[in-house]
Amino acid sequence: MNLKSATLQAIDEVITHYPSKRSATLPLLHLIQEDVGYIPEDAIPWIAAKLEIQPINVYEVVTFYPMFRRKPIGRRHIKVCRTLSCALLGGYKTCAAFEQEFNTHRGEVSPDGEVTIDFVECLASCGTAPVVLIDDDLHEKVDGAKAKQLSDQIKQEAATRR
Amino acid sequence: MPAPAQRRLIFAHIDEPGYTNDLACYLRHGGYEVLKKAVTRKPEELIDEVKKSGLRGRGGAGFPCGVKWGLVDRKSGKPIYLIVNADESEPGTFKDRYIMHQDPHQLIEGTMISCFANNVKQAYIYIRGEMPHGARILEKAIAEARAANFVGPNILGTSYSCEIFVHRGAGAYICGEETGLIESLEGKRANPRIKPPYFPAVLGLYQCPTIVNNVETLCHVKYIAEHGGEAYTKIGTPGNTGTRIFCVSGHVQRPGYYEFEAGRITLGQLLNEVCGGPLPGRTFKAVIPGGSSAKIMRFGERYKGKRKVGAEMVDYDWGVEDVPMDFDSLAMIGTMGGSGGVIVMDDSVNMVEALANINAFYSHESCGQCTPCREGALWMKKITTRMVHGHARPEDAALLKSVADQIPGRTICAFGEACSWPTQSFIAKFGDEFKQYPEAKKTAKPADAPALI
Repeated sequence: MNLKSATLQAIDEVITHYPSKRSATLPLLHLIQEDVGYIPEDAIPWIAAKLEIQPINVYEVVTFYPMFRRKPIGRRHIKVCRTLSCALLGGYKTCAAFEQEFNTHRGEVSPDGEVTIDFVECLASCGTAPVVLIDDDLHEKVDGAKAKQLSDQIKQEAATRR
Repeated sequence: MPAPAQRRLIFAHIDEPGYTNDLACYLRHGGYEVLKKAVTRKPEELIDEVKKSGLRGRGGAGFPCGVKWGLVDRKSGKPIYLIVNADESEPGTFKDRYIMHQDPHQLIEGTMISCFANNVKQAYIYIRGEMPHGARILEKAIAEARAANFVGPNILGTSYSCEIFVHRGAGAYICGEETGLIESLEGKRANPRIKPPYFPAVLGLYQCPTIVNNVETLCHVKYIAEHGGEAYTKIGTPGNTGTRIFCVSGHVQRPGYYEFEAGRITLGQLLNEVCGGPLPGRTFKAVIPGGSSAKIMRFGERYKGKRKVGAEMVDYDWGVEDVPMDFDSLAMIGTMGGSGGVIVMDDSVNMVEALANINAFYSHESCGQCTPCREGALWMKKITTRMVHGHARPEDAALLKSVADQIPGRTICAFGEACSWPTQSFIAKFGDEFKQYPEAKKTAKPADAPALI
């Protein structure tokens, strides 16, 4: 695991926010995931040493919280809200539209490596359902047509990069 | 009777053109003036104002804020912590999101006033992981407030110092439960703690006295510090003071957030007038009035009983549309005001499928600590999912009820109630639909019926 120096700096800073180092477990996992893209195996003993706790203490946290992933994902992460208010207004259709656009199933990396699509639970924007979180950005009222438009945008960005 | 006008205390500037989330804009609108006055008063006076106001927590339970503050152990000699519960995650609830994104300084000012009143030197804002922009906005706002001496050492030239840090969650609903949140903030799995002995007011974060308040609640504290507890009781209705923000979602013409005086608007006025009624060609079938764990209401049913009006007991006979939207009225008819998340379903919705959706949520979110909840939530999900995607049997309704009835009261935290109430109430109110489902699923569904599971 090779962390950027900015990440290492942020790690040292955030530990000072708490009277107990262990409290920094979640912030460190977030910082490492933002840097590496997922939580690599060697991050667990590394964090444990940094926070003076046991590796099991970090491992049990990684496996508890849905946002932490143990494997790399596609370049972009598309999270479609699955919960009731979004489902009532077509969330399942939205998810299917993304899956079709990228020829993939939820939970997998698309064949071109561009995206991973996941169903997630309530994103707290039920009034603008169905909603989708793409990386850090929330998209509202994403029906089939808007899913297609967002997919086209991602594909276009991928084409420009290549 | 026409619906009353909105009364926006907390959402005063939400969606206001030109209103930005930076300090300069907040100061132009009179920002931090309340904090400046508050730090010249005695902390006990501020606590008294909150007690007088009757403010009830806006996170879901509706527990009186002044009482919560009154329970704090101030003699232990340990530091007192305040945690802002910004883990907004009860399905159907989306009010705190807008406060944090559009008016973060209102929250910071309310937090600092509450910290000063309770002699708190360190506060944390626990924001849900799925709001990365919200976390950055809050961090920037705190930095601005720190630079202007509203947060940090020797606030506004006094001897009082208090720091705020933002702490991000990572996608677990149970972190909204205050003792689960505390465990999470300590860097652990968010397994709620057993009470007693772990009442946060006595043994909270790092085994120190801790106050956990919802985002909206702290914004109300700012309003109370400005106008006084007495004035606040004039808003709303006795026992349900102030305003409530209703988050309406699902099958209405105008979903969104609406702030009204508590108890002054009925569910019918909210859904039909404010939200424009059902979608074209549809009729309302059911509504969940306070977040997805609240017991469902069926349009057409009636609620009868006696209630207290002033000193007298009077009879009431309400339809769904007549129920006043306040904690006590909703509790009286067997459901709850909860977090203010109103989820509306019209006649295109099949109730077995809606319950299957909710059960999938609670099964995913159970922390797994208590067997009745971990196993019960999973089995309720398995049964309802099987009914929809596999073989449905007429006796499944009774089976579901028997599982749901074995959970509440047998778990460490209120998640046990939260996960069983939907099943219990769906079966009680729509039992016929569950019994007929094996037959009903043989006929083709209407083309516009949403897939829910």
